[in-house]
Amino acid sequence: MAEPPRTKPADKKAAPRPATTRKRPAPTSGATTRKRPAPTSDATTRTATSHSTALVPVQRPEPVIAPEPEPRLSDVDEWGRSERWRSLARRAYEPIYRHWFRVEWEGLEKIPADGGALLVANHAAAIPSDAPVIMHGIESELGRPVYGLADYFFRQTPVLGTMWSRLGGLPAHPDNAYRLLRNQQQLVLVFPEGTKGPSKLYSHRYQLRRFGRGGFVEIAMRAGVPVIPIAVVGAEESMPIVARLPSVARAIGVPYLPVTANMLAFGPIGAALYFPAKFKLRVLDPVHFDVPPDKERYSRSRIMDESEKIREQIQNALYDMLRERQSVWFG
Amino acid sequence: MSGRRVLVTGLGSFWGGRVAQALEADPSVEVIVGLDTTEPTVELERTEYVRVDANYSILARIVRATQVDTIIHTFLIVDPTQMSRREMHEINVIGTMNLFAAASAPGSTVRNVVVKSATLIYGCSAKDPTWFNEDSPVDPSPNSAVERNLEAVESYVRDFSEDNPHVSVSLLRFSNVIGQEIVTPLTRALNLPVVPSILGFDPRFQFVHEDDVISSILYVLRQNLNGIYNVAGAGLLPWSEVAALCGKRTFPLPPIGAGAMLWPVRRLGLIDLPEEYLQLLRYGRGVDNRKLKRAGFEYRYTSAQAVREFAEAMRLTRAVGSNAPAYRYERDVEQFFRHSPAVVRDRPH
Repeated sequence: MAEPPRTKPADKKAAPRPATTRKRPAPTSGATTRKRPAPTSDATTRTATSHSTALVPVQRPEPVIAPEPEPRLSDVDEWGRSERWRSLARRAYEPIYRHWFRVEWEGLEKIPADGGALLVANHAAAIPSDAPVIMHGIESELGRPVYGLADYFFRQTPVLGTMWSRLGGLPAHPDNAYRLLRNQQQLVLVFPEGTKGPSKLYSHRYQLRRFGRGGFVEIAMRAGVPVIPIAVVGAEESMPIVARLPSVARAIGVPYLPVTANMLAFGPIGAALYFPAKFKLRVLDPVHFDVPPDKERYSRSRIMDESEKIREQIQNALYDMLRERQSVWFG
Repeated sequence: MSGRRVLVTGLGSFWGGRVAQALEADPSVEVIVGLDTTEPTVELERTEYVRVDANYSILARIVRATQVDTIIHTFLIVDPTQMSRREMHEINVIGTMNLFAAASAPGSTVRNVVVKSATLIYGCSAKDPTWFNEDSPVDPSPNSAVERNLEAVESYVRDFSEDNPHVSVSLLRFSNVIGQEIVTPLTRALNLPVVPSILGFDPRFQFVHEDDVISSILYVLRQNLNGIYNVAGAGLLPWSEVAALCGKRTFPLPPIGAGAMLWPVRRLGLIDLPEEYLQLLRYGRGVDNRKLKRAGFEYRYTSAQAVREFAEAMRLTRAVGSNAPAYRYERDVEQFFRHSPAVVRDRPH
């Protein structure tokens, strides 16, 4: 309801904006990995002090793992992400981001400029359009990489899997998330609904599915980082599912096989062509868990509580944003 | 105090031979006994070579007779192209079983055991984490003979360690070893004119240099380390970059039926990529090496440096041929140098 604090979307219309955003990623592109040491070294001290106050003095690995500084032929990092690929993709995706989806952010300043955080969002569209929008937006506005966790299905798929990996995707294994968040203080994006989000029918749009078993809360607790919820409006309408073909999906080994409105409207091209729905994203207040990191186990009921609370926050923000929205296409 | 008495299995392999060479240089090591089914391929000065059958049936006698206090078990075949599944089982599983039976016999003098294992034991699938650590569960359903062998071997090691708490047992899980001497399916693949890959996959690989392999074995021995340690160079490299570092192009095999397509070239003996390596060409594998680093070990090579070293050695070989003088074990000659009264030993250098 509060309209005033929309600083980010306003400057989207301002002419100089695209120039500055495009200029900002340039130094980042090559330098992200090299620039890292500055924030990480300060993260060392931070985590080191938190260790000294730990109740159980267990011997821990050095919290920060930085890549070895050595000459390499490619810039593919240990997760498979390549800043070179990423910046090419950003250049290709920028027109879609700006002119097709006309993305508007609200509260982007709540995402920290350094330090780890787990970004959690609602998930929609037959081929999810929200992940690229969120990753592109944060990377070009904040100039820091975002790693996207997803189903290992991608990893199994030739070509697509490699591209997905180079562009910052990785399988959603808890060990991966922990190392990225705790040891490398990165931004990690996860969709706790999993494939239940994008595979839902259009009639269920903006109704959040179950947030898994709350694993994302547990990881954030263990890594000692906040969860930052993001509510996304627009993805649902960009590629709505009108029907699903579960038996065919099983036969060809994909998580789900949708019939989308895009296919009905555009024919075969519709399989990959989004409707130009207006995207609005609202970053909610970071959720800090007041628990010591690196514990073997956290209270299951606490995890489920926190998970449910975050789900409700996103759900309420979505309803709020939908109340304000006057048009699917123009916001 | 008398020096260490060491038993090295697999003396004929790269591993055992190089470890024995390094031990010979250590004056605190008094006796080195090396076992293998084949003769040593490196020149050794004072190591005593004993030819044994694949499953070490005379091992208990050797352990008793030599009163060894240290066993370095490197005789584990993790390259399935070298022999039949049955032979591999004899060496890996039955050999290890007999070794530990001998080492835990009453009156055994064994106090230190180092066992070579491989990170193959973690398996390789799309569901894997990017990094395995020593506590990661091993592949619950191993789909290759080598992996099954390794699991059997590790379970014997675990049992031995539990039954003999006074013995310090360390188990080293080595990543893909690379270097100028060692020959593995991966080094063979990288030596081909074009390097096989799987179409649409470019997984990240981890390597450990052969020098680090030997020094890590000696390190855990010297420090009497206990437990399981991953041994692998820092960092992961995409397979395409590995090939590029070696100055090669990749030749993509179809993602479906790569095994079938390889069959004719395999029959011709040109290329032999077993199933577990084809899987590795899809998903790669990374292991966390920090536990051994925390124990004080310092790696000389990262993954990328190890590959560079390998590429340099390969370029040299291509330029001048493999001109290393081939060593051949001659029993009589070796016996003469070791035991003949005519040879002056312990002369000052």
